[in-house]
Amino acid sequence: MRNVLEYLDKTASAYPSKIAFRDEKTALTFGQLDLMSRRAGSALLRDGISREPVAVYMSKTPAQIAAFMAVLQAGCFYVPIDDEMPATRIRLIFENLKPRAVIFGEDTEENASKFAGDATVYSWESISRGEEDAEALTKLRSSMIDTDPAYIMYTSGSTGIPKGVAVCHRSLIDYIESFCEVMRFDEDTVFGSQTPFYFDASLKDIYPTIKLGCETVIIPHTLFMFPVKLVEFLNEYKINTLCWVVSALTMISAFGAFDEVMPQYLKLVGFGGEVFPIKQYKRWKKALPDVRYINLYGPTETTGVSMYYEVDRDFEKDDVIPLGRPFENVDIFLLDENDKLSDEGEICMRGTCVTLGYYQDKERTSEAFVQNPLNDRYPEIIYRTGDIARRNERGELVFVSRKDFQIKHMGHRVELGEIEADVNSIKGVSSSCAVYLKKKDRIELYYEGGPEEAEMLSYLKEKLPRYMVPTKTHKLTAMPLTPNGKIDRKGLTQLSEG
Amino acid sequence: MDELIEILKDLHSDVDFNTCTTLIDDKILDSFDIVSIVSEVDDRFDVTIPAKELVPENFNSAKALWELITRLQED
Repeated sequence: MRNVLEYLDKTASAYPSKIAFRDEKTALTFGQLDLMSRRAGSALLRDGISREPVAVYMSKTPAQIAAFMAVLQAGCFYVPIDDEMPATRIRLIFENLKPRAVIFGEDTEENASKFAGDATVYSWESISRGEEDAEALTKLRSSMIDTDPAYIMYTSGSTGIPKGVAVCHRSLIDYIESFCEVMRFDEDTVFGSQTPFYFDASLKDIYPTIKLGCETVIIPHTLFMFPVKLVEFLNEYKINTLCWVVSALTMISAFGAFDEVMPQYLKLVGFGGEVFPIKQYKRWKKALPDVRYINLYGPTETTGVSMYYEVDRDFEKDDVIPLGRPFENVDIFLLDENDKLSDEGEICMRGTCVTLGYYQDKERTSEAFVQNPLNDRYPEIIYRTGDIARRNERGELVFVSRKDFQIKHMGHRVELGEIEADVNSIKGVSSSCAVYLKKKDRIELYYEGGPEEAEMLSYLKEKLPRYMVPTKTHKLTAMPLTPNGKIDRKGLTQLSEG
Repeated sequence: MDELIEILKDLHSDVDFNTCTTLIDDKILDSFDIVSIVSEVDDRFDVTIPAKELVPENFNSAKALWELITRLQED
Protein backbone atom coordinates (compact mmCIF):
# COMPACT_ATOMS: atom_id res chain seq x y z
CA MET A 1 0.00 0.00 0.00
CA ARG A 2 1.42 3.35 -1.06
CA ASN A 3 -1.41 5.86 -0.94
CA VAL A 4 -4.20 6.42 1.61
CA LEU A 5 -6.65 6.71 -1.28
CA GLU A 6 -6.38 2.94 -1.63
CA TYR A 7 -8.62 2.76 1.46
CA LEU A 8 -11.24 4.77 -0.38
CA ASP A 9 -10.85 2.76 -3.60
CA LYS A 10 -11.74 -0.39 -1.66
CA THR A 11 -14.60 0.89 0.49
CA ALA A 12 -16.16 2.78 -2.41
CA SER A 13 -16.45 -0.44 -4.37
CA ALA A 14 -17.43 -2.59 -1.37
CA TYR A 15 -20.01 -0.22 0.20
CA PRO A 16 -20.92 2.35 -2.48
CA SER A 17 -24.27 3.32 -0.97
CA LYS A 18 -23.35 3.16 2.71
CA ILE A 19 -23.13 6.48 4.54
CA ALA A 20 -19.56 7.41 5.40
CA PHE A 21 -19.82 10.91 6.87
CA ARG A 22 -22.83 12.85 8.03
CA ASP A 23 -23.76 15.90 10.00
CA GLU A 24 -27.18 17.25 10.99
CA LYS A 25 -27.95 18.45 7.50
CA THR A 26 -25.93 16.46 4.97
CA ALA A 27 -24.50 13.01 4.37
CA LEU A 28 -22.08 11.46 1.89
CA THR A 29 -21.87 7.80 0.95
CA PHE A 30 -18.57 6.11 0.14
CA GLY A 31 -19.61 6.13 -3.52
CA GLN A 32 -20.26 9.88 -3.48
CA LEU A 33 -17.06 10.55 -1.58
CA ASP A 34 -15.13 8.70 -4.26
CA LEU A 35 -16.94 10.23 -7.23
CA MET A 36 -16.83 13.82 -5.98
CA SER A 37 -13.18 13.56 -5.02
CA ARG A 38 -12.27 12.16 -8.44
CA ARG A 39 -14.19 14.89 -10.24
CA ALA A 40 -12.73 17.70 -8.17
CA GLY A 41 -9.27 16.14 -8.26
CA SER A 42 -9.50 16.08 -12.06
CA ALA A 43 -10.35 19.78 -12.07
CA LEU A 44 -7.22 20.59 -10.10
CA LEU A 45 -5.08 18.41 -12.35
CA ARG A 46 -6.47 20.06 -15.48
CA ASP A 47 -5.21 23.39 -14.13
CA GLY A 48 -1.78 21.92 -13.53
CA ILE A 49 -2.20 21.87 -9.75
CA SER A 50 -0.22 18.84 -8.66
CA ARG A 51 2.30 17.88 -5.95
CA GLU A 52 1.76 21.07 -4.00
CA PRO A 53 -0.25 22.26 -1.01
CA VAL A 54 -3.94 23.03 -1.50
CA ALA A 55 -5.76 24.93 1.24
CA VAL A 56 -9.22 23.54 1.94
CA TYR A 57 -11.05 26.48 3.47
CA MET A 58 -14.46 25.06 4.36
CA SER A 59 -16.72 24.52 7.36
CA LYS A 60 -16.49 21.21 9.18
CA THR A 61 -18.84 19.17 6.99
CA PRO A 62 -18.81 15.84 5.11
CA ALA A 63 -18.01 17.90 2.00
CA GLN A 64 -14.76 19.09 3.54
CA ILE A 65 -13.58 15.49 3.85
CA ALA A 66 -14.49 14.89 0.20
CA ALA A 67 -12.39 17.95 -0.63
CA PHE A 68 -9.43 16.51 1.29
CA MET A 69 -9.74 13.36 -0.79
CA ALA A 70 -9.96 15.45 -3.97
CA VAL A 71 -6.67 17.14 -3.12
CA LEU A 72 -5.09 13.71 -2.65
CA GLN A 73 -6.54 12.54 -5.98
CA ALA A 74 -4.60 15.36 -7.64
CA GLY A 75 -1.42 14.17 -5.95
CA CYS A 76 -1.40 17.25 -3.74
CA PHE A 77 -1.45 17.61 0.03
CA TYR A 78 -4.35 19.25 1.81
CA VAL A 79 -4.25 21.95 4.45
CA PRO A 80 -7.47 22.28 6.48
CA ILE A 81 -8.54 25.87 7.18
CA ASP A 82 -11.74 26.74 8.98
CA ASP A 83 -13.57 29.99 9.76
CA GLU A 84 -13.31 29.14 13.44
CA MET A 85 -9.58 29.82 13.31
CA PRO A 86 -8.73 33.43 14.16
CA ALA A 87 -7.95 35.70 11.24
CA THR A 88 -4.35 36.35 12.27
CA ARG A 89 -3.58 32.66 12.37
CA ILE A 90 -5.13 32.08 8.95
CA ARG A 91 -3.09 34.95 7.53
CA LEU A 92 0.14 33.55 8.99
CA ILE A 93 -0.66 30.09 7.62
CA PHE A 94 -1.22 31.50 4.14
CA GLU A 95 2.05 33.44 4.40
CA ASN A 96 3.96 30.28 5.23
CA LEU A 97 2.11 28.02 2.81
CA LYS A 98 1.84 30.29 -0.25
CA PRO A 99 -0.67 27.94 -1.91
CA ARG A 100 -1.53 28.30 -5.59
CA ALA A 101 -4.97 26.77 -5.04
CA VAL A 102 -7.66 27.25 -2.41
CA ILE A 103 -10.94 25.33 -2.25
CA PHE A 104 -13.88 27.06 -0.58
CA GLY A 105 -17.35 25.91 0.46
CA GLU A 106 -20.72 27.61 0.11
CA ASP A 107 -20.31 29.66 3.29
CA THR A 108 -16.60 30.49 3.13
CA GLU A 109 -16.22 32.09 -0.31
CA GLU A 110 -15.78 35.64 0.93
CA ASN A 111 -13.12 34.89 3.55
CA ALA A 112 -11.29 32.33 1.45
CA SER A 113 -10.99 34.84 -1.40
CA LYS A 114 -9.79 37.50 1.01
CA PHE A 115 -6.88 35.37 2.27
CA ALA A 116 -6.10 33.63 -1.01
CA GLY A 117 -4.21 36.56 -2.52
CA ASP A 118 -2.93 35.51 -5.94
CA ALA A 119 -4.03 31.90 -5.52
CA THR A 120 -6.77 30.47 -7.70
CA VAL A 121 -9.94 29.86 -5.70
CA TYR A 122 -12.12 26.87 -6.50
CA SER A 123 -15.75 26.47 -5.51
CA TRP A 124 -16.29 22.99 -4.10
CA GLU A 125 -19.87 23.08 -5.35
CA SER A 126 -18.69 23.47 -8.90
CA ILE A 127 -15.52 21.34 -9.11
CA SER A 128 -17.15 18.38 -7.34
CA ARG A 129 -19.71 18.26 -10.17
CA GLY A 130 -17.26 18.58 -13.02
CA GLU A 131 -15.99 16.01 -15.45
CA GLU A 132 -13.84 13.13 -14.20
CA ASP A 133 -10.62 12.43 -16.06
CA ALA A 134 -10.00 8.83 -15.03
CA GLU A 135 -6.95 8.41 -17.21
CA ALA A 136 -5.16 11.45 -15.76
CA LEU A 137 -5.97 10.35 -12.20
CA THR A 138 -4.63 6.84 -12.76
CA LYS A 139 -1.49 8.11 -14.42
CA LEU A 140 -0.85 10.56 -11.61
CA ARG A 141 -1.48 7.95 -8.93
CA SER A 142 0.97 5.48 -10.41
CA SER A 143 3.70 8.12 -10.33
CA MET A 144 3.30 8.77 -6.60
CA ILE A 145 5.37 7.25 -3.83
CA ASP A 146 4.51 6.67 -0.20
CA THR A 147 6.84 9.38 1.11
CA ASP A 148 4.92 12.08 -0.78
CA PRO A 149 3.09 14.38 1.64
CA ALA A 150 -0.63 13.84 2.27
CA TYR A 151 -1.48 16.82 4.48
CA ILE A 152 -0.12 19.68 6.54
CA MET A 153 -1.54 20.49 9.97
CA TYR A 154 -0.56 23.72 11.70
CA THR A 155 0.31 23.79 15.40
CA SER A 156 1.27 26.49 17.88
CA GLY A 157 4.79 27.89 17.73
CA SER A 158 6.53 29.71 20.59
CA THR A 159 7.39 32.73 18.43
CA GLY A 160 3.76 33.33 17.51
CA ILE A 161 4.20 31.87 14.03
CA PRO A 162 2.36 28.56 13.60
CA LYS A 163 4.34 25.55 12.38
CA GLY A 164 3.03 23.43 9.51
CA VAL A 165 3.66 19.75 10.16
CA ALA A 166 3.95 17.94 6.81
CA VAL A 167 2.99 14.26 6.90
CA CYS A 168 3.49 11.65 4.18
CA HIS A 169 1.19 8.82 3.09
CA ARG A 170 3.43 6.16 4.60
CA SER A 171 3.31 7.67 8.11
CA LEU A 172 -0.44 8.07 7.90
CA ILE A 173 -1.03 4.51 6.66
CA ASP A 174 1.29 3.06 9.33
CA TYR A 175 -0.60 4.99 12.01
CA ILE A 176 -4.09 4.08 10.83
CA GLU A 177 -3.22 0.37 10.52
CA SER A 178 -1.89 0.19 14.10
CA PHE A 179 -4.61 2.41 15.48
CA CYS A 180 -7.45 0.32 14.02
CA GLU A 181 -5.87 -2.84 15.35
CA VAL A 182 -5.42 -1.52 18.89
CA MET A 183 -8.87 0.03 19.06
CA ARG A 184 -10.57 -2.94 17.36
CA PHE A 185 -12.83 -0.75 15.22
CA ASP A 186 -15.02 -2.56 12.70
CA GLU A 187 -17.61 -1.81 10.04
CA ASP A 188 -20.26 -1.23 12.75
CA THR A 189 -18.25 1.51 14.44
CA VAL A 190 -20.04 4.86 14.56
CA PHE A 191 -17.72 7.72 15.51
CA GLY A 192 -18.92 10.96 17.03
CA SER A 193 -16.49 13.53 15.67
CA GLN A 194 -15.59 16.23 18.16
CA THR A 195 -12.28 17.82 17.12
CA PRO A 196 -11.92 20.38 14.33
CA PHE A 197 -10.52 18.96 11.11
CA TYR A 198 -7.52 21.29 11.34
CA PHE A 199 -6.24 19.26 14.29
CA ASP A 200 -4.61 15.88 13.74
CA ALA A 201 -6.95 14.41 16.38
CA SER A 202 -9.59 14.33 13.64
CA LEU A 203 -7.58 11.68 11.76
CA LYS A 204 -8.79 9.19 14.37
CA ASP A 205 -12.32 9.38 13.01
CA ILE A 206 -11.75 10.17 9.35
CA TYR A 207 -9.31 7.48 8.25
CA PRO A 208 -10.62 4.44 10.14
CA THR A 209 -14.02 5.32 8.63
CA ILE A 210 -12.57 5.31 5.12
CA LYS A 211 -10.49 2.18 5.74
CA LEU A 212 -13.20 0.07 7.36
CA GLY A 213 -16.34 1.38 5.69
CA CYS A 214 -17.90 2.50 8.98
CA GLU A 215 -19.50 5.84 9.81
CA THR A 216 -18.58 9.21 11.31
CA VAL A 217 -21.20 11.63 12.59
CA ILE A 218 -20.02 15.23 12.90
CA ILE A 219 -21.34 16.63 16.17
CA PRO A 220 -22.44 20.29 16.06
CA HIS A 221 -19.90 22.43 17.85
CA THR A 222 -22.48 24.21 20.00
CA LEU A 223 -23.58 20.96 21.66
CA PHE A 224 -20.32 20.92 23.59
CA MET A 225 -21.83 23.66 25.74
CA PHE A 226 -24.91 21.65 26.61
CA PRO A 227 -24.00 18.22 28.01
CA VAL A 228 -27.50 16.74 28.26
CA LYS A 229 -28.27 17.69 24.67
CA LEU A 230 -24.90 16.30 23.65
CA VAL A 231 -25.65 12.89 25.17
CA GLU A 232 -29.10 12.93 23.58
CA PHE A 233 -27.39 13.56 20.24
CA LEU A 234 -25.07 10.57 20.78
CA ASN A 235 -28.13 8.42 21.38
CA GLU A 236 -30.10 9.80 18.46
CA TYR A 237 -27.32 8.91 16.01
CA LYS A 238 -26.42 5.65 17.80
CA ILE A 239 -22.83 6.78 18.25
CA ASN A 240 -20.79 4.00 19.85
CA THR A 241 -17.22 5.31 19.67
CA LEU A 242 -15.69 8.56 20.92
CA CYS A 243 -12.12 9.70 20.34
CA TRP A 244 -12.29 13.04 22.13
CA VAL A 245 -10.08 15.47 23.96
CA VAL A 246 -10.37 15.07 27.70
CA SER A 247 -12.05 18.43 28.27
CA ALA A 248 -15.00 17.41 26.08
CA LEU A 249 -15.47 14.23 28.12
CA THR A 250 -15.16 15.99 31.47
CA MET A 251 -17.72 18.54 30.35
CA ILE A 252 -20.28 15.72 30.39
CA SER A 253 -19.21 14.15 33.69
CA ALA A 254 -18.41 17.33 35.65
CA PHE A 255 -21.80 18.88 34.93
CA GLY A 256 -23.61 15.76 36.12
CA ALA A 257 -25.17 14.94 32.75
CA PHE A 258 -25.21 11.24 33.67
CA ASP A 259 -27.88 12.03 36.30
CA GLU A 260 -30.18 13.10 33.50
CA VAL A 261 -29.41 10.88 30.54
CA MET A 262 -27.11 7.96 29.75
CA PRO A 263 -25.30 7.26 26.49
CA GLN A 264 -26.99 4.07 25.28
CA TYR A 265 -24.70 2.78 22.57
CA LEU A 266 -21.19 3.63 23.74
CA LYS A 267 -18.63 0.84 23.60
CA LEU A 268 -15.33 2.64 23.32
CA VAL A 269 -13.93 5.91 24.62
CA GLY A 270 -10.49 7.03 23.45
CA PHE A 271 -9.23 10.12 25.19
CA GLY A 272 -6.20 12.33 24.72
CA GLY A 273 -4.87 15.83 24.43
CA GLU A 274 -4.27 16.11 28.15
CA VAL A 275 -4.27 14.10 31.37
CA PHE A 276 -7.72 12.75 32.30
CA PRO A 277 -8.45 13.91 35.89
CA ILE A 278 -9.00 10.74 37.93
CA LYS A 279 -12.16 12.09 39.55
CA GLN A 280 -13.78 12.60 36.16
CA TYR A 281 -12.51 9.31 34.78
CA LYS A 282 -14.09 7.54 37.77
CA ARG A 283 -17.43 9.17 37.04
CA TRP A 284 -17.33 7.83 33.50
CA LYS A 285 -16.27 4.39 34.65
CA LYS A 286 -19.03 4.30 37.25
CA ALA A 287 -21.70 5.45 34.81
CA LEU A 288 -20.52 3.21 31.96
CA PRO A 289 -18.55 0.31 33.45
CA ASP A 290 -18.58 -1.87 30.32
CA VAL A 291 -17.06 0.70 28.00
CA ARG A 292 -13.37 0.28 27.03
CA TYR A 293 -11.34 3.35 28.01
CA ILE A 294 -8.11 3.99 26.16
CA ASN A 295 -5.61 6.77 26.75
CA LEU A 296 -4.14 8.02 23.46
CA TYR A 297 -0.94 10.00 23.29
CA GLY A 298 1.14 11.44 20.51
CA PRO A 299 2.10 14.80 19.04
CA THR A 300 1.16 16.06 15.57
CA GLU A 301 4.85 15.74 14.62
CA THR A 302 4.62 11.95 14.91
CA THR A 303 1.35 11.58 12.95
CA GLY A 304 -1.15 11.61 15.77
CA VAL A 305 -1.30 8.81 18.26
CA SER A 306 1.91 6.90 18.94
CA MET A 307 1.19 5.41 22.37
CA TYR A 308 -1.84 3.95 24.06
CA TYR A 309 -2.94 2.57 27.36
CA GLU A 310 -6.16 0.62 27.79
CA VAL A 311 -7.30 1.26 31.35
CA ASP A 312 -7.16 -2.16 32.98
CA ARG A 313 -7.08 -1.39 36.69
CA ASP A 314 -8.41 0.98 39.36
CA PHE A 315 -6.73 4.28 40.05
CA GLU A 316 -6.55 6.25 43.27
CA LYS A 317 -7.26 9.95 43.53
CA ASP A 318 -3.63 11.04 43.19
CA ASP A 319 -2.66 8.60 40.42
CA VAL A 320 -2.03 9.54 36.82
CA ILE A 321 -3.40 7.32 34.04
CA PRO A 322 -0.27 6.09 32.18
CA LEU A 323 0.55 6.91 28.56
CA GLY A 324 1.21 3.20 28.23
CA ARG A 325 3.18 1.68 25.42
CA PRO A 326 4.00 2.48 21.82
CA PHE A 327 2.13 1.26 18.76
CA GLU A 328 3.78 -1.38 16.65
CA ASN A 329 6.63 -0.02 14.58
CA VAL A 330 7.16 2.95 16.92
CA ASP A 331 10.12 3.15 19.27
CA ILE A 332 9.82 5.47 22.24
CA PHE A 333 12.65 6.24 24.65
CA LEU A 334 13.47 8.78 27.32
CA LEU A 335 16.59 10.96 27.15
CA ASP A 336 17.97 12.85 30.14
CA GLU A 337 19.60 16.29 29.86
CA ASN A 338 22.87 14.65 28.75
CA ASP A 339 21.07 12.77 25.97
CA LYS A 340 21.56 9.46 27.74
CA LEU A 341 18.86 6.81 28.08
CA SER A 342 16.98 7.26 31.34
CA ASP A 343 13.88 6.23 33.27
CA GLU A 344 12.85 9.85 33.45
CA GLY A 345 13.42 12.32 30.65
CA GLU A 346 12.22 13.76 27.37
CA ILE A 347 10.01 11.49 25.28
CA CYS A 348 11.77 10.81 21.97
CA MET A 349 10.35 8.86 19.05
CA ARG A 350 11.84 6.87 16.24
CA GLY A 351 10.14 5.23 13.31
CA THR A 352 7.78 5.67 10.38
CA CYS A 353 5.60 7.88 12.60
CA VAL A 354 8.22 10.66 12.49
CA THR A 355 6.81 13.18 10.02
CA LEU A 356 8.56 15.12 7.27
CA GLY A 357 9.09 18.21 9.45
CA TYR A 358 7.79 21.78 9.45
CA TYR A 359 6.84 23.12 6.03
CA GLN A 360 9.17 25.82 4.72
CA ASP A 361 10.83 26.13 8.09
CA LYS A 362 14.30 24.56 8.14
CA GLU A 363 15.33 26.23 11.35
CA ARG A 364 12.55 25.02 13.58
CA THR A 365 12.58 21.62 11.90
CA SER A 366 16.24 21.11 12.77
CA GLU A 367 15.57 21.93 16.44
CA ALA A 368 13.02 19.17 16.99
CA PHE A 369 13.74 16.64 14.24
CA VAL A 370 17.30 15.62 15.03
CA GLN A 371 19.83 12.86 14.50
CA ASN A 372 19.33 10.15 17.11
CA PRO A 373 21.96 11.02 19.74
CA LEU A 374 22.30 7.30 20.52
CA ASN A 375 23.33 6.50 16.95
CA ASP A 376 26.40 7.96 15.23
CA ARG A 377 26.70 5.20 12.63
CA TYR A 378 24.11 6.26 9.99
CA PRO A 379 21.53 9.02 9.51
CA GLU A 380 18.47 8.45 11.68
CA ILE A 381 16.03 11.25 12.47
CA ILE A 382 14.09 11.17 15.71
CA TYR A 383 11.50 13.62 17.03
CA ARG A 384 12.01 15.26 20.42
CA THR A 385 8.56 15.89 21.87
CA GLY A 386 9.51 18.30 24.66
CA ASP A 387 7.30 16.23 26.97
CA ILE A 388 8.91 14.79 30.09
CA ALA A 389 7.82 11.32 31.22
CA ARG A 390 8.98 8.64 33.64
CA ARG A 391 8.79 4.89 33.59
CA ASN A 392 6.69 3.45 36.43
CA GLU A 393 7.27 0.15 38.26
CA ARG A 394 5.17 -1.64 35.61
CA GLY A 395 7.35 -0.35 32.81
CA GLU A 396 4.62 2.01 31.52
CA LEU A 397 5.41 5.61 30.69
CA VAL A 398 3.68 8.29 32.76
CA PHE A 399 3.46 11.95 31.74
CA VAL A 400 5.33 14.31 34.11
CA SER A 401 5.44 17.81 32.58
CA ARG A 402 6.55 19.94 29.66
CA LYS A 403 10.18 20.85 29.16
CA ASP A 404 9.41 24.41 28.07
CA PHE A 405 6.51 26.79 28.56
CA GLN A 406 4.16 24.85 26.38
CA ILE A 407 1.02 23.82 28.21
CA LYS A 408 -2.13 21.88 27.46
CA HIS A 409 -5.29 23.91 27.85
CA MET A 410 -8.73 22.58 26.98
CA GLY A 411 -7.04 19.83 24.99
CA HIS A 412 -4.97 22.19 22.85
CA ARG A 413 -1.24 22.74 22.75
CA VAL A 414 -0.50 26.27 23.82
CA GLU A 415 2.87 27.97 23.92
CA LEU A 416 2.70 30.64 26.60
CA GLY A 417 5.46 32.35 24.62
CA GLU A 418 3.14 32.70 21.63
CA ILE A 419 0.64 34.65 23.73
CA GLU A 420 3.44 36.82 25.12
CA ALA A 421 4.85 37.45 21.66
CA ASP A 422 1.47 38.78 20.56
CA VAL A 423 1.06 40.94 23.65
CA ASN A 424 4.58 42.33 23.38
CA SER A 425 3.90 43.44 19.82
CA ILE A 426 1.14 45.80 21.03
CA LYS A 427 2.07 49.47 21.10
CA GLY A 428 3.02 50.61 24.60
CA VAL A 429 3.50 47.16 26.11
CA SER A 430 6.99 46.82 27.53
CA SER A 431 6.78 43.28 28.86
CA SER A 432 4.32 40.52 29.54
CA CYS A 433 4.01 37.13 31.17
CA ALA A 434 1.30 34.55 30.56
CA VAL A 435 0.85 32.09 33.41
CA TYR A 436 -0.99 28.81 33.47
CA LEU A 437 -2.97 27.81 36.55
CA LYS A 438 -3.03 24.07 36.45
CA LYS A 439 -5.68 23.52 39.13
CA LYS A 440 -8.18 25.89 37.58
CA ASP A 441 -7.08 25.03 34.03
CA ARG A 442 -6.91 28.67 33.01
CA ILE A 443 -4.47 31.14 31.55
CA GLU A 444 -3.95 34.61 33.01
CA LEU A 445 -1.90 37.43 31.59
CA TYR A 446 0.28 40.04 33.32
CA TYR A 447 1.64 42.95 31.35
CA GLU A 448 3.26 46.32 31.73
CA GLY A 449 2.23 49.39 29.72
CA GLY A 450 -0.15 49.55 26.76
CA PRO A 451 -3.95 49.31 26.69
CA GLU A 452 -6.26 48.93 29.67
CA GLU A 453 -7.32 45.44 30.76
CA ALA A 454 -10.71 45.25 29.00
CA GLU A 455 -9.27 46.65 25.77
CA MET A 456 -6.38 44.17 25.97
CA LEU A 457 -8.82 41.31 26.31
CA SER A 458 -10.90 42.25 23.29
CA TYR A 459 -7.71 42.74 21.28
CA LEU A 460 -6.43 39.28 22.19
CA LYS A 461 -9.76 37.73 21.28
CA GLU A 462 -9.34 39.10 17.78
CA LYS A 463 -5.81 37.91 17.48
CA LEU A 464 -5.57 34.54 19.22
CA PRO A 465 -7.45 31.26 18.92
CA ARG A 466 -10.15 31.09 21.58
CA TYR A 467 -8.34 28.47 23.67
CA MET A 468 -5.31 30.76 23.95
CA VAL A 469 -7.17 33.82 25.20
CA PRO A 470 -6.39 34.44 28.89
CA THR A 471 -9.33 34.28 31.28
CA LYS A 472 -8.05 37.39 33.06
CA THR A 473 -5.65 40.18 32.20
CA HIS A 474 -3.74 42.16 34.85
CA LYS A 475 -2.06 45.43 33.99
CA LEU A 476 0.92 46.10 36.25
CA THR A 477 2.92 49.27 36.79
CA ALA A 478 6.06 47.15 36.97
CA MET A 479 6.82 43.49 36.32
CA PRO A 480 8.17 41.59 39.30
CA LEU A 481 11.65 40.28 38.52
CA THR A 482 13.73 37.44 39.92
CA PRO A 483 17.22 38.16 41.34
CA ASN A 484 18.59 37.24 37.89
CA GLY A 485 16.52 39.96 36.31
CA LYS A 486 14.07 37.61 34.61
CA ILE A 487 10.30 37.98 34.89
CA ASP A 488 9.20 36.20 38.05
CA ARG A 489 6.93 33.69 36.36
CA LYS A 490 6.64 31.54 39.46
CA GLY A 491 5.71 34.48 41.67
CA LEU A 492 3.03 35.65 39.23
CA THR A 493 1.64 32.13 38.99
CA GLN A 494 1.37 31.99 42.77
CA LEU A 495 -0.26 35.41 42.82
CA SER A 496 -2.95 34.20 40.43
CA GLU A 497 -3.44 30.98 42.30
CA GLY A 498 -4.23 33.13 45.36
CA MET B 1 -27.64 41.09 38.53
CA ASP B 2 -24.79 43.64 38.47
CA GLU B 3 -22.38 41.06 39.77
CA LEU B 4 -23.45 38.64 37.05
CA ILE B 5 -22.97 41.31 34.38
CA GLU B 6 -19.50 41.83 35.80
CA ILE B 7 -18.69 38.13 35.38
CA LEU B 8 -19.91 38.25 31.79
CA LYS B 9 -18.06 41.51 31.07
CA ASP B 10 -14.89 39.79 32.23
CA LEU B 11 -15.36 37.29 29.41
CA HIS B 12 -16.49 39.66 26.69
CA SER B 13 -15.91 43.30 27.55
CA ASP B 14 -17.19 44.35 24.14
CA VAL B 15 -20.75 42.99 24.53
CA ASP B 16 -23.72 44.86 26.00
CA PHE B 17 -25.09 42.18 28.27
CA ASN B 18 -28.00 44.36 29.44
CA THR B 19 -29.64 44.23 26.04
CA CYS B 20 -28.28 41.22 24.16
CA THR B 21 -30.70 38.27 23.98
CA THR B 22 -28.86 36.13 21.43
CA LEU B 23 -25.70 35.21 23.32
CA ILE B 24 -25.91 31.59 22.22
CA ASP B 25 -27.78 31.98 18.92
CA ASP B 26 -25.19 34.46 17.65
CA LYS B 27 -22.29 32.37 18.98
CA ILE B 28 -21.11 35.13 21.32
CA LEU B 29 -20.69 32.63 24.14
CA ASP B 30 -18.84 29.41 23.42
CA SER B 31 -18.15 26.28 25.44
CA PHE B 32 -15.14 27.90 27.14
CA ASP B 33 -17.39 30.70 28.37
CA ILE B 34 -20.07 28.33 29.63
CA VAL B 35 -17.50 26.40 31.64
CA SER B 36 -16.17 29.67 33.11
CA ILE B 37 -19.65 31.00 33.87
CA VAL B 38 -20.76 27.81 35.61
CA SER B 39 -17.69 27.83 37.83
CA GLU B 40 -17.85 31.60 38.56
CA VAL B 41 -21.56 31.37 39.42
CA ASP B 42 -20.73 28.53 41.79
CA ASP B 43 -17.94 30.59 43.41
CA ARG B 44 -19.78 33.88 43.79
CA PHE B 45 -23.41 32.90 44.30
CA ASP B 46 -22.90 29.44 45.75
CA VAL B 47 -25.25 28.04 43.14
CA THR B 48 -24.55 24.85 41.23
CA ILE B 49 -26.19 24.89 37.83
CA PRO B 50 -27.37 21.31 37.21
CA ALA B 51 -26.90 19.62 33.84
CA LYS B 52 -30.58 19.81 32.93
CA GLU B 53 -30.47 23.61 33.19
CA LEU B 54 -27.55 23.83 30.76
CA VAL B 55 -29.71 24.65 27.76
CA PRO B 56 -29.45 27.50 25.25
CA GLU B 57 -32.57 29.26 26.60
CA ASN B 58 -30.93 29.84 29.99
CA PHE B 59 -27.81 31.40 28.50
CA ASN B 60 -29.14 33.53 25.67
CA SER B 61 -29.31 36.66 27.82
CA ALA B 62 -27.96 37.89 31.15
CA LYS B 63 -31.59 38.27 32.27
CA ALA B 64 -32.40 34.62 31.58
CA LEU B 65 -29.27 33.52 33.36
CA TRP B 66 -30.05 35.75 36.33
CA GLU B 67 -33.57 34.31 36.54
CA LEU B 68 -32.06 30.84 36.57
CA ILE B 69 -29.69 31.77 39.39
CA THR B 70 -32.45 33.29 41.53
CA ARG B 71 -34.71 30.31 40.87
CA LEU B 72 -31.94 27.92 41.94
CA GLN B 73 -31.20 30.03 45.04
CA GLU B 74 -34.83 29.76 46.11
CA ASP B 75 -34.98 25.97 45.70
